Amino acid sequence: MGRNLLDKVWDLHTVRELPGGQTQLFIGLHLVHEVTSPQGFQMLDDAGLPVLVPERTFATVDHIVPTDTHARPLRDAQAEEMLQAIEQNTRRHGIQFFPIGSGSQGIVHVIGPELGLTQPGQTIACGDSHTSTHGAFGAIAFGIGTSQVRDVLASQCLALARPRVRRIAVAGTLGFGIYAKDVVLHLIRRLGVKGGVGYAYEYAGPVIERFSMEERMTLCNMSIEGGARVGYVNPDDTTFDYLRGRRFAPEGDAFEHAVGWWRSMASDRDARFDDEVELAGSEIAPTVTWGTNPGQAIGVREKLPRVEELPDDDRAAAEDAYRFMDLVPGRPIEGTPIQVAFIGSCTNGRLSDLREAARVAKTGKVAPGVRALVVPGSEAVRVAAEAEGLHEVFRQAGFQWREAGCSMCLAMNPDKLIGRELCASSSNRNFKGRQGSPTGRTLLMSPAMVAAAALRGRVTDVRELL
Amino acid sequence: MSGKTLAERVTSRRGRGVVVRGNDIDTDQILPARYMTSIRFAGLEEFVFRDVRFTADGVAKGHPFDDRRFRGAEVLVVNQNFGCGSSREHAPQALARWGIRAVIGESFAEIFFGNCVALGIPAVTAARGDVARLMDAVELDPAQEVAVDLAARTVSWRGGSAPVRMPEGAREQLMDGSWDAMRTLLEARERILAKAASLPYVKGF
Repeated sequence: MGRNLLDKVWDLHTVRELPGGQTQLFIGLHLVHEVTSPQGFQMLDDAGLPVLVPERTFATVDHIVPTDTHARPLRDAQAEEMLQAIEQNTRRHGIQFFPIGSGSQGIVHVIGPELGLTQPGQTIACGDSHTSTHGAFGAIAFGIGTSQVRDVLASQCLALARPRVRRIAVAGTLGFGIYAKDVVLHLIRRLGVKGGVGYAYEYAGPVIERFSMEERMTLCNMSIEGGARVGYVNPDDTTFDYLRGRRFAPEGDAFEHAVGWWRSMASDRDARFDDEVELAGSEIAPTVTWGTNPGQAIGVREKLPRVEELPDDDRAAAEDAYRFMDLVPGRPIEGTPIQVAFIGSCTNGRLSDLREAARVAKTGKVAPGVRALVVPGSEAVRVAAEAEGLHEVFRQAGFQWREAGCSMCLAMNPDKLIGRELCASSSNRNFKGRQGSPTGRTLLMSPAMVAAAALRGRVTDVRELL
Repeated sequence: MSGKTLAERVTSRRGRGVVVRGNDIDTDQILPARYMTSIRFAGLEEFVFRDVRFTADGVAKGHPFDDRRFRGAEVLVVNQNFGCGSSREHAPQALARWGIRAVIGESFAEIFFGNCVALGIPAVTAARGDVARLMDAVELDPAQEVAVDLAARTVSWRGGSAPVRMPEGAREQLMDGSWDAMRTLLEARERILAKAASLPYVKGF
């Protein structure tokens, strides 16, 4: 029996087995941002310890940075203090930092791949649950808490139990106007928000093999929404082509050696898996969430499910979600009026996402009464988008064109919903209060669907506009 | 793990219980992101479950954490997939600073579970029926003591007890006081550096 990628990467990075079945796992790439690291650095200082391998940690700022202006000092004194903390902590410990204005700042899960830091066969950790994004490259990447950030800073290791592996194959082809976001929302709907607990998800099959790297990142990003801390795609020529020429990627002969090694880390043809699931690409529709967890999703042409149609376990949550969302079972989701449209985040804030949204934006104007924001995932994405004139397309259509950051995905910066606003959002979580207003409401969908909703002022099947 | 006590040995937790019902309670509910703007954890207890407990105008909604009968509770009882979503350690930090020292539930999200262990908080699972019985018992008589025994793998309360589960590695870490993993990991310092030097992407392809 062959081995899967997770087993290969895990075994390669094992420093030693710990009692009780845990592994001391070496972390090959540690990414740090401003919100979950200051207490970690403080704990390290309290213990009087240095950063053991500072050259394998990289830092940026994303969660709290404003997107209207990046001018310093930030207007929010606490946010400014947080920025200063990461500047000082990285300087003191010799950690490479990508600050605002460096051209490399952005959402940590956007810049890691963009800079070529993220590579196949690595173990990657970051104090952020969407670290699973990096699995798109065939890395084992996962989110950690702040005490674990301290552990990685101090020892470049974590104590972890090896997850099981579920292979999820998406067969056939996707229909017209169906995006990676629809695939992952559909998948979470089918497997549940806790279906992946204890598992790493290996995404495979023809649909995934044809995906670009950015589509794979969208898919792996939301593994955690399905309960899986880790999600990955086996590295292939698409992966290697993406990496070639990037700042931290190997060059020349070294790149060719790297490709050989990267290829060897992919799951063997006869690899063993703990579970296997197959989904048909053809059954995936443009998908929209209607509730307060990402598994509460339907095709845009479907009617909102009646509570009694749902599995027993999901009914109480559905009733609660309907009350919070102020939506009515049995009615269509299509046509639901929205007040805010948000395009961005580590899920869908990359150049291809903005291109798809701009294709739609080009067809009209943002509806009266809708506030529409486009927030590039990184400074590099913003520059690339502007070089193509996408910012002008968005502005002419009535969208605000912003600076890079996490923005309204979790609203730790000034970009927030107000009151009961309903937001069509390309982000990853529709939890209550997630977008900054405790009573604000979120509908998750693809960036193109968000653009369509912005133009029509209501939830729209984007295929009508493509 | 190493034979020497590195932190408190957590073999059991005893205290009064508090019940928070519902599946998939995410870390945004436990600690909303807007309260994560400090570079310190101190004071987070004030904001635990903030939006579930209070309206935007600050009016209490009758959450168990504001129920006088549960005041001083140390053992939190929950349902499925508690702590899903964000990796923020701020969530268990807020619970711990409020006074929670053990959590019993049907299941936990993985990152939340790991964060609890790192804080010396046992998060143990029990069968659905047992959790339901425990919830009812605590709500009926909040003054009683709930005891989580990691050695015996049980939870007991007045008139009842049930088996609990926890991944073995985490259970051992808590029981032998090595749950604060940093020192344990650093014991292998030379092997860590050797591992780094052996990886092609660290040493160069």
